[in-house]
Amino acid sequence: MSYLADVGTLARKDLLLELRSRDTVPAMLLFVVSTLVVFNFALPAGASDEAAYGLLWAALVFTAILGLTRAFAAEREQRVLDGLVLAPADRSAIWLGKAIAVVAFLALAEVVALPAFALFFEPVGWELVAAVALASVGLAVVGTLLAAMAAASRARELLLPLLFLPLVIPIVVGGVGASIADDPGRYLGFLALYDLIFAILSWASFEYVVTE
Amino acid sequence: MLAAAAAGLLLVGIALAFYWVPNAPDEGFRQRIFYIHVPVALTAYACFFWAAWKALRLLWTRDQRYDLESYTAVHMGVIFGILTLVTGSIWARTSWGVWWTWSERQLVLFLVLFLFYSAYFMLRYSVDPGPRRASMSAVYALFGVVLIPVSFLAIRLSEELIHPVVFTRDVNSNLAGSQLLTVSVCFAGMLALAGALYVNELTGKRVDERLRELREALS
Amino acid sequence: MISARALGRSFGAKRVLRDLDLELGEHELLLVTGPNGSGKSTLLALCAGLLAPTQGELEVAVDRGRIGYLAHEPLVYRELTALENLDLYGRLYRVPERRERIGMLLERYGLWESRRERVATFSRGMQQRLALCRTLLHEPDLLLLDEPFAGLDEPGAALLDAELEALAGERTLVLATHDPERVVPLATERLALA
Repeated sequence: MSYLADVGTLARKDLLLELRSRDTVPAMLLFVVSTLVVFNFALPAGASDEAAYGLLWAALVFTAILGLTRAFAAEREQRVLDGLVLAPADRSAIWLGKAIAVVAFLALAEVVALPAFALFFEPVGWELVAAVALASVGLAVVGTLLAAMAAASRARELLLPLLFLPLVIPIVVGGVGASIADDPGRYLGFLALYDLIFAILSWASFEYVVTE
Repeated sequence: MLAAAAAGLLLVGIALAFYWVPNAPDEGFRQRIFYIHVPVALTAYACFFWAAWKALRLLWTRDQRYDLESYTAVHMGVIFGILTLVTGSIWARTSWGVWWTWSERQLVLFLVLFLFYSAYFMLRYSVDPGPRRASMSAVYALFGVVLIPVSFLAIRLSEELIHPVVFTRDVNSNLAGSQLLTVSVCFAGMLALAGALYVNELTGKRVDERLRELREALS
Repeated sequence: MISARALGRSFGAKRVLRDLDLELGEHELLLVTGPNGSGKSTLLALCAGLLAPTQGELEVAVDRGRIGYLAHEPLVYRELTALENLDLYGRLYRVPERRERIGMLLERYGLWESRRERVATFSRGMQQRLALCRTLLHEPDLLLLDEPFAGLDEPGAALLDAELEALAGERTLVLATHDPERVVPLATERLALA
């Protein structure tokens, strides 16, 4: 199917760009670890163990914002997005390719963040890993679309967090729930539902964000 | 005409709310803000759904007319949303003595929606007017309407984690006939009010638009 | 191929194109002239489908994949090499015999030696040549060229002259330029924007 081929082409392009310029992922790695350290000082002595999990999720969301701010930077700087949009490929392939790359970057950040978290704060169980995986999909799926919107605006980096944060509140709930609740399955299921709903919505509406 | 209907319905509704309906069990007179709060909340939802419908029409037909309609509906929704938060806060104060509580689902949902739709305005302000801004606003309005049930589910799930449910209230269980009538009348009144404001603002904006076009054509 | 009726485009309050009527048939060459800010680029972007008209109607009877658009910016990734950029577009445009076609174009435009270098290291003239390669890669039926001679040195301009001569009459072209003398002999229609 040529659609999947297009997605593959575009995702490969994004990964290659990051490999060349190496500006987003290292920043994300450093940011997430710095944030966790800040949170150590932000947590008062008597705070519950569970509070730390909440802060992990906050750190992940803000790290995602950092990465997403750069998501369409190359396309915007050189107006390459026009070139991609003009191609006969389905515009949603641009979104999907980019979202796949964002998930990859988030995964790299998480590979560092989770062990750091386990070291500094609390143990990391399989439910947390599953939640982080599902949440990464949700963050990428919604974030990529919003990043494209922000890239077309004057406010750019300022706009993305404003658009993003209300939409990802459910992800934070799902993630924290899966981390600390007795029955993580419900929260994991909710995260999966979120991913499905917003993936479909983003996939269908990306076309309208990049064309007139 | 809508304005007249709105005024009429609201007057009747408020009269019902404050004079006719008997006190709800275990609640004092001050609980009656409920008869404003719930209709206002429902009207806000209606505005957001209307905005999403217009947004869908815009994306479907690419007819730019719908952009202003969608925007105005979101504007109305936010106004009624703020009213929901304010009346909800007053209600919390009269019921439990606090100005805010995280255990009141509707209130939290409206806070999230308020943030979301405020960002809608930030989006509009930071993109130059034109077909692109219209499409992006429309997509965002659609996301909003999808967010409503998803957020509600999230808030429900979060209750057992974040804050113990301190205050309970069986708001929607067994509304007595008189209560239901009062809420319905007030709701109809609020809808009519929203409709009147919507038409008013839309007409005003269209006149502005036309004026701009004429001025531009003459220059 | 292109048909416009009372076409207009505004950016906010600023009206850039106003009341434009246009009929362009196959294999014609439309030369668009006008000072800066007269809307030449806007017209091309409208024909490409990147912008929607805000007034009037525009019909371009060509599929997206058969349009070649040369913009002010080269529309290539600075961090990728010339080869990688063209390969990307070649795949997206489903160019048959992609490698051969890319090689041929790079060769023709004198970029073969620098094919593995990042575009960021290219001079303005080289970037423009690469942009031309990108535009011609999929042998489009409709070519929209916005100031194609900009940034080209004499040899580059000569290459472009030859290309235009070969294309005129074979494909449909819309060309916007500041110095029309080179193109006038090829033009079948002219449009001067104010």
